[in-house]
Amino acid sequence: MTPTAVIVSLCYVVAAALFIFCLRGLSGPQTARRGVMLGEVGMLIAVIGTLLQRDIVRYDWILGGIVLGSAIGVAISAWIPMTKMPERIAFSHAFGGLATALVGVAEYMREVDHLTQFKLVALGLETFLGFLTFTGSLMAYGKLQGFITGAPVTWKFQNYMNIGAFFGAIVAIVYLSFNRELSTVFFGIAGTGLVLGVMAVLPIGGADMPVVISLLNSYAGLAACATGFALGSQILIISGALDGSSGILLSLLMSKAMNRSFANVLFGAFGTALEPGKGSPQLAKSYNEATVEDAGAVLKASQSVIFVPGYGMAVSQAQHAVRDLAASLERRGVDVKYAIHPVAGRMPGHMNVLLAEANVAYDKLFDLDDINDDFARTDAVVIVGANDVVNPAAKKDPSSPIYGMPVFNVEQSRSVIVLKRSMNPGFSGVENELFFQPNTMMVLGDAKKTLLAMIHELKEGGH
Amino acid sequence: MTADWVFNLYVFMLATFVGYQVISRVPPLLHTPLMSGTNAISGISLVASLLAAGSNHRLSQILGFVAVTCATINVVGGFLITDRMLRMFRKKPDAAKSPKQAGKS
Repeated sequence: MTPTAVIVSLCYVVAAALFIFCLRGLSGPQTARRGVMLGEVGMLIAVIGTLLQRDIVRYDWILGGIVLGSAIGVAISAWIPMTKMPERIAFSHAFGGLATALVGVAEYMREVDHLTQFKLVALGLETFLGFLTFTGSLMAYGKLQGFITGAPVTWKFQNYMNIGAFFGAIVAIVYLSFNRELSTVFFGIAGTGLVLGVMAVLPIGGADMPVVISLLNSYAGLAACATGFALGSQILIISGALDGSSGILLSLLMSKAMNRSFANVLFGAFGTALEPGKGSPQLAKSYNEATVEDAGAVLKASQSVIFVPGYGMAVSQAQHAVRDLAASLERRGVDVKYAIHPVAGRMPGHMNVLLAEANVAYDKLFDLDDINDDFARTDAVVIVGANDVVNPAAKKDPSSPIYGMPVFNVEQSRSVIVLKRSMNPGFSGVENELFFQPNTMMVLGDAKKTLLAMIHELKEGGH
Repeated sequence: MTADWVFNLYVFMLATFVGYQVISRVPPLLHTPLMSGTNAISGISLVASLLAAGSNHRLSQILGFVAVTCATINVVGGFLITDRMLRMFRKKPDAAKSPKQAGKS
C-alpha cells in the first residue's frame, strides 16, 4: 500500500465510525443535533479521502457537480415547507437512486473487461435497484404531490407481471455475469428497473406511502451497498447497509402499525374502492353536526384534552392553529396532550415534525401505547383530520379492511370533537362509525379555519 | 486467505446488524429526521460518483457529473434539512408560551 492509499483507507474507517455515531445520536432529541454534525464531518472526511485517490485524473467535472449539487441542495433545504417533507424525502430518494444507477452504467462501460464475476453481479444489482428506486420514488412523489392519483391503479395479473419482471431481472443479472460483453442484457436490466419502479408503486394507495417511502429508503441504501461490492469499497457497503437496515426497520414498524404484512402493503392494492353494498346503508345513519360554538362549549367544560392529528392537519397546514388552541386551553388550566399514531400522515414521524415546527414541546407528544389508556380518563378529544387511526371498527368489526390495526381508544373519552373537511370516508375508503356515535361532534370544514374560530370562541366566552 | 468478496459480505452483514441495533433505539418522535439523515448518509454514493466523474473515460465523466450533482444534493440538502428539523424539537416551549407555569405557581 502506498502512503496515500493508507491515508485514504483510514479516512473511510473514521467516516464509517462517525456515521454510526450519527445514527446513535438520533436515539434522543438532546443528542440528535450533535449526531448529525458527526455525520457531516464523516461525509467530509470520506469525500476528502476520495479526492486524494490516484484513480481521479481530472477535477473539472467533479467540481461542477459539487457546486451545482450544493446550490440545489441548499436551496431546497432552505425553502421547503415542513408540510412538504414527505415529498422532499421521496424526491431525494429519486436522486440517490439515479446517482447509484448512473455510477453503475459508467462503471460497466468503463471497466467491463476487468470486472470479476462477483463484481458484475453487484454492478447489475446496483443499476437495477438504482433505476427502480429512481422511478419508484418519482411515482411516490407524484402520488404525494397529487400529479398521479393517490388511489391504487390496478389491472389484471399486475402482481404476477411485477414479480415476473423482478425475477427476470435477477436471472438476467446472473446471465450477464457469465456473458459480460452482452451490453444489451445490461441495458435490459437497467430498463426493467426503470419500468418496475413505476409498475410497483402504481397499485399502492396514498395512505400506504409511509411504508413505500421507507422501503424506497432501504432500496437506495441497498443500491449504495451493491456499488460498494462492485467497487470493493467498504465505506459504501457500511453506509449502504446502515441506510438499508434503517429503511427496512421503518417499513416493518409501519406495516405493524397497520397490522398488515409487508406483502399486503406491496401487493394488496389497499383502499381500492368500497363495495357499494357495504358502504351505502351506513351512510343513512345520522351524526351530530356541531357548530364551533358547541365545540367551544365542550372544551370550556373540559379539564383534560387530547389532540389526535392526522394527514388532514398537514393538508390544511393547521399545526400552528392546533398549537394556539392548545395554548389557550392550557391558559385555562386544561391538561393538554397529543396522541401520535405511527402511520398518521404520509411518512414515519410526519406529525411529530409538524408539531415540533409549531413549537409544541416534544414531551407532550405521546405514542400509541403510552397514551391509549388515558382516553377513558379524558374529557374531550379533538381529532384534526385523522380517520383510520381512530376507527373503532379496527377493534370490533372483523369484516373491516382495517380490522386488527392498533387504533386510539378515542371513543372512551367523554366527548369527541372531529374536525373534518366533509363526511366522505378517508383515503382507505372505510366508513368510520366513530362519526355516528352519540358522544361525537362533527365540525365540518377546513381544519385550520375551524381551529381559529374555536380559539376565538374560547377567548370570547371568558368563564 | 479469504477472498475479497467474502470479506466484503462479512462487512455487509456486520454493518447491517449494527445498523439494526442502533436504529431500533431511535424513538418514533425522530423517525422523519432519521429518514432524512440516513438519506444524507446514503449520499455516500457521492464517493463512487467522484471516481466516475474523475476518470478519463468520456461517457463515465458525463454520467459521473450527473451522479455527483444528484448525490451532492442529497448530502448537502439531507444534512441541512435534518438539522433544520432537529432544531425545532424542544423540550420546553418558548418563553412566550409559559403562562401555564405562571398560572400554577
